[in-house]
Amino acid sequence: MSTIAITPRPVAAGRVAAASSAVASALSDTADVAWRNLLTQLRTPQALVFATVQPVIFVLLFRYAFGGAIHVPGTNYVDFLMPGIFAQTVAFGAVGTAVGLSGDLRTGILVRFRTLPMSRIAVLGGRTVADLARNLLVVAVMTGVGFAAGFRSPHGAGGLLAALGLVVAFGYALSWGFASLGLRVSDPEAAQAAAVPLIFLLVFTSAAFVPATAMPGWLQAFGTHQPVDALVNAERALILGGQAAHDVLISLAWSGGMLVVFAFFAVRTYARMGR
Amino acid sequence: MSEAAIEAHGLRKAFGDVLALDGLSLAVPAGSVLGLLGPNGSGKTTTVSILATSLRPDAGRATVGGLDVVQDAAQVRRIIGLAGQFAAVDPNLTGRENLRLIGRLSRVGRAQARVRADELLDSFGLNAAAGRLVRGYSGGMRRRLDVAAALLHRPAVLFLDEPTTGLDPESRFALWDSVRDLARSGTTVLLTTQYLEEADALADQVVIISAGRVADTGTPAELKARFGSMVFHLDFGGQEAAAAAETALSRAGYRPQRDGGGIQVRSATGSGELTGVLRALDGRAPDPVSVAVREPTMDDVFLSLTRGGEAA
Repeated sequence: MSTIAITPRPVAAGRVAAASSAVASALSDTADVAWRNLLTQLRTPQALVFATVQPVIFVLLFRYAFGGAIHVPGTNYVDFLMPGIFAQTVAFGAVGTAVGLSGDLRTGILVRFRTLPMSRIAVLGGRTVADLARNLLVVAVMTGVGFAAGFRSPHGAGGLLAALGLVVAFGYALSWGFASLGLRVSDPEAAQAAAVPLIFLLVFTSAAFVPATAMPGWLQAFGTHQPVDALVNAERALILGGQAAHDVLISLAWSGGMLVVFAFFAVRTYARMGR
Repeated sequence: MSEAAIEAHGLRKAFGDVLALDGLSLAVPAGSVLGLLGPNGSGKTTTVSILATSLRPDAGRATVGGLDVVQDAAQVRRIIGLAGQFAAVDPNLTGRENLRLIGRLSRVGRAQARVRADELLDSFGLNAAAGRLVRGYSGGMRRRLDVAAALLHRPAVLFLDEPTTGLDPESRFALWDSVRDLARSGTTVLLTTQYLEEADALADQVVIISAGRVADTGTPAELKARFGSMVFHLDFGGQEAAAAAETALSRAGYRPQRDGGGIQVRSATGSGELTGVLRALDGRAPDPVSVAVREPTMDDVFLSLTRGGEAA
């Protein structure tokens, strides 16, 4: 009764064509899945409102409740604060990647996707791209609120846009890190609970809200050698003015490195599901 | 290519300490419907997951359409469809959006995905609800959409994992009709179910599994015939009388099964044996209040196998 499986092998000449069509399929599938995730987010407006309102509250809270007590030499606190809030927002936003994938795991949609002849990377690509789009929206809203609260981006629009580019690049890279978590935990609340403390640690040991020089030495040693701190420093250099190139390169190196490493593990986790 | 659309040999799968499949083998001829029948936890979903490429077996091998489900998973996915308890549709998309999305991801092409989505919405009676979000669907509608979603690329092999669990009878019968239509059009169907009636109604072949192994296999008619050709049900209207009858029948060499105030006796030879049963009771137990003679159901077969009872 046993069957001999004959696997068609593409001939060498067809390999290039096959590879380029695989890339085209991966992009098209990723776009389809991203579209689905965005529609889903628009149709659960409470989640979107929560993702937007919380950062706005942080802006107002730090600006008006804490701002008066925090003095940063040489700058207006709100100009110092906004880069920190941007970083914090996309860092927490990346948790949404874990929550979304975890929900897909729980409902069973991932089982369906994994039995379809679709590109294997599209589930992860579509999720992270949709979360990137959400980050763009949230960052835009925050920038508006920041300006209303006195933020002036002293170094001009070019510096601000470059800084926001770094922010969303960092958010995108971090999303891939949380993708692995989401694929392993089929309970969105548990995924969130696992992710949030890590973000707190990175954000609050960085220079996001207060200058790192105010921290004890051992904490400073950790706080100044991690990606959120690198991002905030690069943003400040771009927004407030100063020698930006070095800080920007460090932040880009962090984001690029994180993207490569996290994407590798996320894709591997996805490929190994069901073993 | 062999004529079997699905073949599995010695599949084993453990989840931690729990052995879900313990050397399961089966074969499904192309174009037929196989009913995979078993209680909860017997390994039905694990079997389907392996055959549908979403789970890897620890040992053993399986082919679908002659393609290995592990080595050639990508090609297998082009010819299979999966619907059932763990394969879902998106509650935050409309029925039409769900089908179009899955159609595109099933590689039927954008235009064809639209056409197929509308065809399937029509044939599954979901036209009126096509533009509504699935989270507002009833259980039956959701299940129909789920099956439709598995059919966009006209799969040669369809896996249905407990497709009617939790459905009301009307929805269940509608789904049965859809499965029959698919089978008639040449689709090979592997259907898992807890309902013997469902296997009896739809399946050409039934595989009964218990604790991850095949307990029995055959056509519904064969299984019932193997179990016995007739079942006598004698109602004594009370526990005491039934107990006396049970004793009397056991002594006479029958294998009575008592169920409250009633007794069930299986017969290998047919209704003629009823005379013998009644004679065995004569004078040793009160007369039964009523006697019913019926053909064995799949339930009889199933219970005798999964309770470790003896087949006649």
